[in-house]
Amino acid sequence: MSVLVFLDHAEGKIKKTSLEALSYGADLALMLGLSVNGVLLGTVSDDLGELGKFGAKKIYQLAKDALNQLDVQQYVRLLAEIVKSLDAKVIIFSNNVSGKALAPGLSAKLKAGLVSGAVKLPDISNGFVVKKSVFSGKAFANVAIKTEIKIIALNPNSYKISEKGGSASVEGLAIEDGMPRTKVVATTKASGEVPLTEAEIVVSGGRGLKGPENWGMIEELAHLLHAATACSRPVADAHWRPHNEHVGQTGIAIAPNLYIAIGISGAIQHLAGVNRSKVIVVINKDPEAPFFKAADYGIVGDAFEVVPGIIEAVKHLHSTS
Amino acid sequence: MKFLVCLSKTPDTTTKIAFKDNNTKFATDGVQWIINPYDEWYALVRAIELKEKDPATIVHLICVGKEDSDPIIRKALALGGDEAIRVNVEGRDSFFVATQIAEVAKKGSYDIVFAGKETIDYNGSSVGGMIAALLDVPFVSLATKFELNGGTATITRLIEGGEESDEVNVPFVVSCQKGVAEQRIPNMKGIMGARTKPLQVVEEVMADALTSFVSFDLPPAKAGVKLVPADNPAELVRLLHEEAKLI
Ligand SMILES: Cc1cc2nc3c(=O)[nH]c(=O)nc-3n(C[C@H](O)[C@H](O)[C@H](O)COP(=O)(O)OP(=O)(O)OC[C@H]3O[C@@H](n4cnc5c(N)ncnc54)[C@H](O)[C@@H]3O)c2cc1C
Repeated sequence: MSVLVFLDHAEGKIKKTSLEALSYGADLALMLGLSVNGVLLGTVSDDLGELGKFGAKKIYQLAKDALNQLDVQQYVRLLAEIVKSLDAKVIIFSNNVSGKALAPGLSAKLKAGLVSGAVKLPDISNGFVVKKSVFSGKAFANVAIKTEIKIIALNPNSYKISEKGGSASVEGLAIEDGMPRTKVVATTKASGEVPLTEAEIVVSGGRGLKGPENWGMIEELAHLLHAATACSRPVADAHWRPHNEHVGQTGIAIAPNLYIAIGISGAIQHLAGVNRSKVIVVINKDPEAPFFKAADYGIVGDAFEVVPGIIEAVKHLHSTS
Repeated sequence: MKFLVCLSKTPDTTTKIAFKDNNTKFATDGVQWIINPYDEWYALVRAIELKEKDPATIVHLICVGKEDSDPIIRKALALGGDEAIRVNVEGRDSFFVATQIAEVAKKGSYDIVFAGKETIDYNGSSVGGMIAALLDVPFVSLATKFELNGGTATITRLIEGGEESDEVNVPFVVSCQKGVAEQRIPNMKGIMGARTKPLQVVEEVMADALTSFVSFDLPPAKAGVKLVPADNPAELVRLLHEEAKLI
C-alpha cells in the first residue's frame, strides 16, 4: 500500500507542479503511515533519484520515448495497470493540463473517487475529506471520497514544495505500451516566458490599457519580475492578446502568489478566476473600481504614469539588492 | 457524422455564492440558471458550425437533470441542436453523470462526444475524461481549435506554455474551451423551432457516486486594501519587497 504521485514532464524536465504534487503526496503518506512513490511515463534528462529529496522512496518509470507525447487513452490504461500492480491507495496528480486529461479517466477505469482542484491535505479525522476550490474560486467544497482507492488532483500553486532529504531508487516498469490513438502533428510555444498556470507572479492588463500597442510596459514589468502575462476577457476577445492569456471564470483560473491587475475593473467573472491569488495589487484610475475591494495593495492612478514608475523602482531594487 | 453534446445547468456567472442548511447546500433561491458557458459557447456552437458545413451531420444534446433543466435544453435546441435527451435524475457526482452519458452515447453510437472544459460551479473538469474512459475511446482535452475532415479531426489543445495539435480519428471525446468557437445568440426562427424539436426523457441507469459533498465554505474576507499614492510607485515596490516579501 502506498501513495503514488504522477510525475508530469515536458522537454526532458519534471514539471514544477509535479514537485508540488510530490510534496503533497509525501505529507499525505506521513499522515497515513504509508510510503510515497512516483510514476513517470516516458523519458527525462532530470536525475530521478534526486526526487528522493522531496520524500519519494521509489520512482517507477516506463522509459519509452514514444510516451513523451500524451495519449490519454493509452496513459489511462497504463496507469490503471500500474496502480493495481503496485497496490497504490491514493494517487496524486497536479490539476494541470495533463492531470485534467488523465485523472478523470483513471477514476472511471478504477472506479476510484476523484477530487480535482484540491487545495489542502485531506481531513482524515472522519473519513477522507478533501477541500477543493468551487464556483471558480468563489468558494470551497469539502468532498468525501468513498472508495478504497482515491485520486486527488492538486491545484497548481496551492501547496508548497518542501525538501525532506533522501534519495529515491528508480525502478523500470515492463508493461507493453500500444499504438497511440492520438498523433501529435505540431506544437507551438506561447509568447510569454513563464507559463501562466505555473507562474508565481502574474502581471495582467485590461481594457484600461486602450490597445495592444500599449502592452510593452506590461511585458517589461513581467520580464523584470519573472512573471507571466495575463489579460481580461474583452482584451482577448478583441484579439489584443492571445486567448490563452484570458483569466477569469470563463478563462484560465490562476492562484499565483502575486497578481498585479492593471486597468481591469474587477468584474465578478474576472475576480472568480484570480481571487485565490495570495496577494492582489490593483492599479486603476477609478477609485470606485470594484477590484479595490478584493485587493491587498492598490494605486489609484493612470496606468500610463504609474506602471513606468513601478518599472523604474523595480530596476532600482534589482540594482541595489 | 453523429454528435452528442453534453450540457450542464449552472448558476449565472453573476450569482452571489451562498450556502444554507449549515453550509451543506448551495443556496439556489433566486438563482438564474444558464447553460454552462463552456458547453454552450464552445462545445455546442462548434458542433453546430460543423453541421452547417455538412448538413448530413446530426447533433444530439444530452443533459442529466430533472425537468428544471428543460429551459436550458430548449435554449440549446434554439441555437441549433436537432434533438435532445434528458436523463431524468439529479446528478450525484461526476462519475455518476459520466456513467449516464456514456450509456446514452453507447446506445446512440455517436462519432464525437463534445463536452465543455469544466462547469463553472463545481469546476471538476472530469465528466469528459470519464466518458472517454467508460467508452474506451480517445480523449482530447482543453481544445482551443477543432477541425474535422471526414473521420479525422485536427484538434489544437492547450499545454503548459503553448499549444499542441493532435490528429485523432472518430470515435472520440473532446472537451472544449475558448478559441474553438464564439458565443452565439439564438434567433427568432431558432427559438420557435426549438419548441417542437424532440426532447426525449429517459430514466437513469444504475451507477455509483464515488464522492459526496460534505460541506462548503467561503474564503476569508480580505483585510482591506492598502493604498499607495500615485506619485510614489516606489513605495508600492518597497511594500511588495519588504512587507509582502514577494519580489
Ligand atoms: C458569462 C460571462 C463570463 C465572463 N467571463 C469573464 C472572464 O472569464 N474573465 C474576464 O476578465 N471577464 C469575463 N467576463 C466579462 C466581465 O463581466 C467584464 O466585462 C470584464 O472583466 C471587463 O474587463 P476589463 O476590466 O478589462 O474592462 P472594463 O470593465 O472596461 O474596465 C477597464 C478598467 O480600466 C480602468 N482604466 C481605464 N483607463 C485607465 C488608465 N489609463 N489607467 C488605469 N486604469 C484605467 C477603468 O477605470 C476600468 O475600471 C464575463 C462576462 C460574462 C457575462
